[in-house]
Amino acid sequence: MREAALSSPPTRLAGRGLERLAFPCALLAALALAPLLGLLGAERYVLNLFTRCMVFAIAAIGLDLVLGFGGLVSFGHAAFIGIGAYAAGMLAASGVGDAFASLGIALAASFLFALATGAVSLKTRGVHFIMITLAFGQMAYFVMSSLKAYGGDDGLSIDRRASLFGQDILADTLVFYYVVLAGLAGVYLLARAVVRSRFGRVLRGAKDNEMRMAAIGFDAYRVRLAAYCVSGMIAGLAGWLLAEQSEFVSPAFMTWQRSGDLIIMVMLGGMASFEGAIIGALILVLTEELLPGFSEHWRVVFGPFLVLVAIFARGGLVGLLAGRRDG
Amino acid sequence: MGPNATKGAQANTMSIALLAVQTLNGLQLGVLLFLIAAGLTLVFGVMDFINLAHGVQYMLGAYFAVAAFGLTGSFVAALLIALGAALVFGLLLEILVFRHLYGRDHLDQVLATFGIILFLNEAVRMVFGPTSLGLPMPEALAGSIRLMPGLLYPVYRLAIIAAGICVAILLYLLVNHTRIGMRVRAGASNAPMVSALGVDISRLFMAIFGLGAMLAAFAGVMVAPIFAVEPDMGDNLLILAFVVIIIGGIGSVRGAFAAALIVGLVDTLGRSSASDVLRLALSSSAANQAGPALASMLIYVLMAAILFFRPAGLFPARR
Repeated sequence: MREAALSSPPTRLAGRGLERLAFPCALLAALALAPLLGLLGAERYVLNLFTRCMVFAIAAIGLDLVLGFGGLVSFGHAAFIGIGAYAAGMLAASGVGDAFASLGIALAASFLFALATGAVSLKTRGVHFIMITLAFGQMAYFVMSSLKAYGGDDGLSIDRRASLFGQDILADTLVFYYVVLAGLAGVYLLARAVVRSRFGRVLRGAKDNEMRMAAIGFDAYRVRLAAYCVSGMIAGLAGWLLAEQSEFVSPAFMTWQRSGDLIIMVMLGGMASFEGAIIGALILVLTEELLPGFSEHWRVVFGPFLVLVAIFARGGLVGLLAGRRDG
Repeated sequence: MGPNATKGAQANTMSIALLAVQTLNGLQLGVLLFLIAAGLTLVFGVMDFINLAHGVQYMLGAYFAVAAFGLTGSFVAALLIALGAALVFGLLLEILVFRHLYGRDHLDQVLATFGIILFLNEAVRMVFGPTSLGLPMPEALAGSIRLMPGLLYPVYRLAIIAAGICVAILLYLLVNHTRIGMRVRAGASNAPMVSALGVDISRLFMAIFGLGAMLAAFAGVMVAPIFAVEPDMGDNLLILAFVVIIIGGIGSVRGAFAAALIVGLVDTLGRSSASDVLRLALSSSAANQAGPALASMLIYVLMAAILFFRPAGLFPARR
């Protein structure tokens, strides 16, 4: 049966070694100190680059929640980034300047999209789930490209960032950086709490053996749908932050290639590890930004690197590091 | 007959001609998708392997043909050399990479084959340059033919449709009426059992990979004279090919053929007529805005509906 090939070894919650709190704390502390790199010069560039890394790290954590812990490979998560981003852009265009109102609507829109598409998608399994989420992602993409009133294919500029308590402090690059860092830390802790909760145990249990979960009285469908909604809202938050940061929204945020990038981030860092998702996002965003500076043909090196990770580093880079440490 | 009636009759012939042209374009897209999807569905169905790099085989076919044409100056020679090169290259990839990923998690396969896409797209860009290339059309197939009054259609595009259908028939005979085809079908419905019955499964896998690579490359060569030959030309067709194999049923060549024609026709006809159909229900400006979006969405709506109501596809290969 196909199902047998899809179910991977039981998801162990990393509780030992590397993944005790020390590692994520160090990771977040390093990000908190990263603005110091700006002192070497090009401060705004460094801040914007790392802000972008963290925004994608948030989205990757959101995806990992369903992909790593729920075994649900969503190939349409860029749609949530797009929905969050378009909420920011459309509300700014219609004069809603308050960050909380704007973000609240972005999260509500992501939730509704996740609820509607998840309710249908979660009736399928395995490869079919991959393809049906792709289908919904593409539909969202084509809807957004057709909205001529909001720029269509060309996208939509945001004239000014949302205001916090009536103040325009988000316009400051450094303040925005720490707001995103706080968002990342919050999402990380939330996701961690979710998978360690009773709810998270059921989610992981359903990934390992759905029939057993059903036998002890849990409805896997409802648990998965709830997880899918949380995951979609986290990605929606990332989209909202991305739009505010780049002061621009476009359908290019929600192409299937972007959804693929998110999967690659999670895989690269290591599935079912939120630290892995952060590391994967850092590596992918930094690679795409910095390697072209060394050679325009950087993909010739990066491609085989991904192949090697896939063949040899089961459990991604975090798994590799943790394995080394244990051995 | 009044002048208005004549005008009406003329408009009618025009729209029938337009419909005929769009149907032929849809068939052309359909056979191209079939050539790519056939290999993809067999590799997926028999080896349970998700090969994202399959679109790259199509791109490589076109580039091999361009290079071979530069050397030989003959379209036929370019076609044959490209097919041979694609076969060798496909087998090389199988030995170097894919072989190590059979039986692994699908996501490992996705990551590795995504890496191969990055590598090969960039390698091609390094060797051939970033600008798009082209292949001259064979003399014998240049020009257009009048199919009906007011309808001129390029001969070469008809040739693509004909070639695609010929390949489909050959593939049908190969899969349904030969010994190796029997093994392929058996592999698609239960690979471990085939292996247990004493068939050398790794040789079967290689044969399927080589065949798939050649079919995709054939599609690439055929479109090289009419589409731009560029490094990422396979990426978007790859997604459409996945849509095709899901709709058709994974592992089923027959399903891939039916689904490829459906997707090609729905997509092409949808794009040309969605705005007109919507105008029946909506205001003209709303229809013009929603039309293109709806048209692009149609095949995905179709796939989502099929996944929901018939998850195994139209022609399931295994039960």
